[in-house]
Amino acid sequence: MRRYVARRIAALVATLVFVSALVFVVVRVLPGDPASIMLGTEGSPEALARLRDAMGLNRPLPVQYAEWMGGALRGDLGRSLQYDVPVGALIVSRLPVTLPLALLAALFMAAAALPLGVYAATHHRRAGDYAAMILSQVGISVPQFWSGLLLILFFSVHLGWVRSGGFEGWSSGAGPALRSLLLPAIALGLFQAAVLVRATRSAVLDVLREDYVRTARAKGLSEARVVGVHTFRNALIPVVTVAGIQLGQLMAGAIVLESVFALPGLGRLALGAISARDLPVVQGVALFVASSIVVINFAVDLAYGVLDPRIRYE
Amino acid sequence: MARRRPLRHVTFTLGLAITLVLVAVAALSLLYTPADPLAMSMTGRLEGPSGRHPFGTDQFGRDILSRVMTGAVTSIAVGVIAVGIGAGAGVLLGLVSGYVGGWLDETLMRLVDAVQGFPAILSALLFTAVFSPGMAVSMVAIGLAFVPAFARLTRGSVLELREREFVVAARALGSRDGRLLLRHILPNSLPPLIVQATTSFPVAILAEAALAYLGLGTQPPYPSWGLMLKDAQNFLTLNPWFAVFPGSAIALTVLGLNLLGDGLRDLLDPKTA
Repeated sequence: MRRYVARRIAALVATLVFVSALVFVVVRVLPGDPASIMLGTEGSPEALARLRDAMGLNRPLPVQYAEWMGGALRGDLGRSLQYDVPVGALIVSRLPVTLPLALLAALFMAAAALPLGVYAATHHRRAGDYAAMILSQVGISVPQFWSGLLLILFFSVHLGWVRSGGFEGWSSGAGPALRSLLLPAIALGLFQAAVLVRATRSAVLDVLREDYVRTARAKGLSEARVVGVHTFRNALIPVVTVAGIQLGQLMAGAIVLESVFALPGLGRLALGAISARDLPVVQGVALFVASSIVVINFAVDLAYGVLDPRIRYE
Repeated sequence: MARRRPLRHVTFTLGLAITLVLVAVAALSLLYTPADPLAMSMTGRLEGPSGRHPFGTDQFGRDILSRVMTGAVTSIAVGVIAVGIGAGAGVLLGLVSGYVGGWLDETLMRLVDAVQGFPAILSALLFTAVFSPGMAVSMVAIGLAFVPAFARLTRGSVLELREREFVVAARALGSRDGRLLLRHILPNSLPPLIVQATTSFPVAILAEAALAYLGLGTQPPYPSWGLMLKDAQNFLTLNPWFAVFPGSAIALTVLGLNLLGDGLRDLLDPKTA
């Protein structure tokens, strides 16, 4: 296990270096002169020169990259031009919106997908299975931001139960905050669940065909024990793979739904930074989100090793 | 399924039918739309469905049906090109990585892992920060998000195929690497790649809509379903139909393409049927 973990960690470090290089290339190298993008057309030549100097754009690219990375490792992602505060602090200030939204959505996703997937598999080719599959097919087809709009249309405009957007913050207690995250988390989680239902169903179906499941049945175990104990854990590996990929997509989806529901999270921070040409913020958010997704994938890899000892010895 | 007759397969047939309707609507919109999709009218704004405007009108009095029809062209164009970019780059990476192996394989796979950290929305955010938003940004950002899947799939089948007898035989007969890859290995890895491309297409259409909705993709006056939903959100109380029709168009299109992809997978890969 220790060797497996060491190898995965080495791969993680290499991957994170590539992530940072990709962000750097897009923001600093592709545009030619980032300073002129930030100042736009109204920048005087003197202001341009000053900004280039402040950003260190006159130095060779490898030096710029090394400095940016060195800062990032110490938690220094530069300063926002728009707010004149450290980018790291800005990102941290938006996390209490994006993170709970993604986690709540993940919770809804798992709570809906796992039982439904197991149910569909154990009722293979019966009415319940077809109903679950049709439901999941519809879920996959509906864009999340549209389902968000429809939820607003129904619950806020039509019924008037919840506000259509905005965020009161956690200072006035968890209740109001969770209430403003509820609809976006449903839109995000339930529709992401559609993919996981299918993965769970096919994983459970595969395991149900195994000899040891037949043996378990033959020795007279109850169906609940056969499915709950013998099948489920073995079906978990492909399910965890898909769920891991889904978590990354939840982060991306959260960015979209923040816009639908006017929530002040990471996505809105980045979108606002784009219109203000605040490159350090965009760069910081991109590095943060991409690294988080890569780290989630790494955690999924480790989870395989725990769930299935065979994988460690490959 | 002992004998595989494609049209007997309900999922495949339904998916194919919806997809053909989509393509037909897109083609028709190039020649004919019930009204000019760009013609504004000050008197008939935000109307509900009626005989003259079956899907109603938007905030500028433009005919929503005509705009939904032309939006299909945008969706198909962005989808096809994005999948093309993802498949092209991914297959190339996978071929090289799997065939050469060693440290190059290891390096390229870490690059692929890194690209996986950039969902289409994140790449689009980055690109839009330095270039102006538009369809091209959408295509590249969405395409990039597909690269890891294609690269891994291709690499996997190269690893499996390069030890197979017919490949070893071709090499013994003096085939060069390029010929081996393109004539012997690639054609045999095509079925899963075709399925991957088909299942990527609806994902691309969803992503195009989401990017346009966020203002990172297709820009006005090009009609895009996502862009229409962005406008519709501001008038939810005045004309809820404005949000219903473009959204339904996306959902129906994606449903059709998903069914087509599932059906194709069943037909091409008997193991999962």
